Amino acid sequence: MNVSLNRRSFLGTLAASGAILSAPAVLGQSRPRVVVIGGGAGGATCARYIAKGSAGAIDVTLVEPAEVYYTCFFSNLYLGGFRDFDSLGHRYDKLTGDYGITHARARAAGVDRDARSVTLEGGETLSYDRLVIAPGIDFVDGSVPGWDLSRAGIMPHAYKAGPQTRLLKAQVEAMPEGGTFCMVAPPNPYRCPPGPYERVSMVAHVLKARNPTARILIVDPKEKFSKQGLFEEGWQSHYPGMITRIGPDFGGDKVEVRPDTMEIAIDGEVEKVDVCNVIPAQKAGMIAAAAGVTDDKGWAPVNPHSMASRADANVFVIGDASSQGDMPKSGFSANSQAKVAAMNIRAELTGSTAFPAKYSNTCWSLIDTDDGIKVGASYEATDEKIASVESFVSQTGEDADLRKATYEESLGWYAGITADIFG
Amino acid sequence: MAGRAGIFMIAGLAFFAAPGVSEVRASDTGPPGNGAPIWAECSGCHQIGPEATNAIGPNLNGIFGRKAAALDNFQYSKSLARAGRDGLIWTYETLDAYIANPRVFASGTRMSYPGLKDAAKRADLLAYLRDFSDKPRDIPEAEPTARRAMPELSADVRALAGDPEYGAYLASECLTCHQTSGADRGIPSITLWPTEDFVLAMHAYKQKLRPHPVMQMMAGRLSDGEIAALAAYFADLKE
Ligand SMILES: Cc1cc2nc3c(=O)[nH]c(=O)nc-3n(C[C@H](O)[C@H](O)[C@H](O)COP(=O)(O)OP(=O)(O)OC[C@H]3O[C@@H](n4cnc5c(N)ncnc54)[C@H](O)[C@@H]3O)c2cc1C
Ligand code: HEC
Ligand code: HEC
Repeated sequence: MNVSLNRRSFLGTLAASGAILSAPAVLGQSRPRVVVIGGGAGGATCARYIAKGSAGAIDVTLVEPAEVYYTCFFSNLYLGGFRDFDSLGHRYDKLTGDYGITHARARAAGVDRDARSVTLEGGETLSYDRLVIAPGIDFVDGSVPGWDLSRAGIMPHAYKAGPQTRLLKAQVEAMPEGGTFCMVAPPNPYRCPPGPYERVSMVAHVLKARNPTARILIVDPKEKFSKQGLFEEGWQSHYPGMITRIGPDFGGDKVEVRPDTMEIAIDGEVEKVDVCNVIPAQKAGMIAAAAGVTDDKGWAPVNPHSMASRADANVFVIGDASSQGDMPKSGFSANSQAKVAAMNIRAELTGSTAFPAKYSNTCWSLIDTDDGIKVGASYEATDEKIASVESFVSQTGEDADLRKATYEESLGWYAGITADIFG
Repeated sequence: MAGRAGIFMIAGLAFFAAPGVSEVRASDTGPPGNGAPIWAECSGCHQIGPEATNAIGPNLNGIFGRKAAALDNFQYSKSLARAGRDGLIWTYETLDAYIANPRVFASGTRMSYPGLKDAAKRADLLAYLRDFSDKPRDIPEAEPTARRAMPELSADVRALAGDPEYGAYLASECLTCHQTSGADRGIPSITLWPTEDFVLAMHAYKQKLRPHPVMQMMAGRLSDGEIAALAAYFADLKE
């Protein structure tokens, strides 16, 4: 592994030497070390803000196996044909080049919290003063009977962006005329609450043009879902008669899938489908459990003021993997939490100021061409949880100009947040 | 550490004239006749009355209850058009704020009019304008509660950048949407603005005069000092 230093980060290091002298945690030591596991919305933001804010005073290593990160956000727009796949990909060049972050291209296999070290899949170990765990989600085994990861090549989840997303798109495009697209929606909590329903909208958009007699079946274990009134209004006006949702009152919580025969059984009743998108129940990315910071529900509880793990003050858990209270699991939330964690880590390691935490989130969804909606809230830290303070949501019956502006806002947001995450 | 942040915020307030409450109340709105001479401030650009057409500015017939930037045959600035699309309606309250300082609503506004600072004159002018609206007698004279005045920057807010770390932390929340590069597709650019315009815009969201829900929420929880620190930070931002 090489730390690539360019002129900018070298100058930054010089400028920061004053900070090192006043830093309580590092007197007489070499630069304090932060290891970040996971280079997604949370981890990459956190690595960047620590490196940028400390101007080289902190040694930051980002552990992430991928060379290119594909955002799950906007992957539904790719399914709908509104974006190409490459536009979802982001590299780590600026993080390494402009900010002097080391990219360890490997999967973290274990964490020894007593020794303060992370073991990589290749066997190498990295020691840390502070560890950030940001691995996103993994799926709960057995949550959809008949499905496990080995069947994802037949019934894709497409809930981590990449080959799975492309596979689902190809399957939708290859559907026979008048065929059935089935989505098995996840139980709460899961990443991106409106995500499955935005996906249904985008699939409907494609089918309306290519295969208008096809139908969409949502099998849902939840009674209600995010922005439900807005989605249902949109489906009614853009895709009348195409989408059916089976909630728990009709067996939506009792579904079994049979990938070999492309069948699903809802409360025992068997139905043949052409595409089956299974989005299983979720939990924190496996490394969080391996580090021993998760609870019995599979998520990692954190201190709402700092995002530090409740189990270990030297470990911070951000993004989807954390259990923090009212914030939805979203890229926006992960980015927001990462900044609070970065500020606190810098304060602990270099003596910079920790200001009171501020969090916010906004999630946009696209229903059809130029028909965008949004929901958002601001949050504050209480001792018990991150608590919602104020919120807003698009209204039903808004005029087309406003919906179009809302969609355009989401394009601005995507450009903004990806620049904020990856530099 | 928190102590340091707290002191800073208090120091920030000292740079503002104490935000008072504007004098426009229902009882203060004078008879329309008093507004006629004040209309001279506007008539160079605007027409009103039966013969009125659009001139440098849009005609102001029926302005009460009209959506901002609603005339099809007038070329509005991007920012006033955006405010209209977001749902800004001209009422006593919004007109009063706009006439006091047009930049409260539209930072890039083409109405190059510095604003009418005298609240009593504004009240007279509003009464005059109201007479050219449909059923003027049905228009309530004023919002039941008086409008909180925009803070006036009494000193150079750049002085507030005393703690750049503070501005940088607050600003990090904005950068999820607004780009440091100043790119403005879908979401406007907020870098390199005059600090005073920035502060006005943020207060207009905070007081829910500007209509956008995201920005009302973001600005709503910022103190005056925090807004000033952000203005100073973004005014000087270099990528
Ligand atoms: C279809 C869909 C649509 C969405 N739309 C939106 C949206 O519009 N807006 C929004 O805000 N959010 C949206 N989201 C949610 C958003 O994608 C996630 O909430 C966000 O990515 C969470 O960030 P994270 O950093 O926690 O995890 P991730 O972004 O998933 O990043 C985790 C990273 O950790 C790496 N990793 C995992 N385990 C290890 C390990 N052991 N060692 C090393 N690296 C590891 C992974 O490779 C991955 O790169 C959407 C999600 C989906 C699926
Ligand atoms: C120097 C020319 C000028 C002067 C003086 C001026 N205006 Fe304007 N006004 C404009 C222009 C140009 C616009 C369109 C602004 C934009 O698009 O941002 C405008 C817009 C407006 C609007 C919004 C109209 C709409 O359709 O949304 C109102 C209300 C208004 N002016 C009232 C006034 C009043 C009252 C005065 C006098 C106190 C005044 N203006 C003085 C040029 C002027
Ligand atoms: C969730 C995305 C989002 C975040 C976060 C956000 N903004 Fe905005 N901002 C917007 C949008 C969208 C607009 C356009 C609003 C409108 O139509 O009036 C806007 C408008 C503005 C404007 C007025 C621009 C103009 O041209 O009139 C200012 C100033 C501003 N924002 C400042 C901020 C500051 C400061 C922060 C951080 C405290 C912030 N914003 C955080 C989305 C955001």
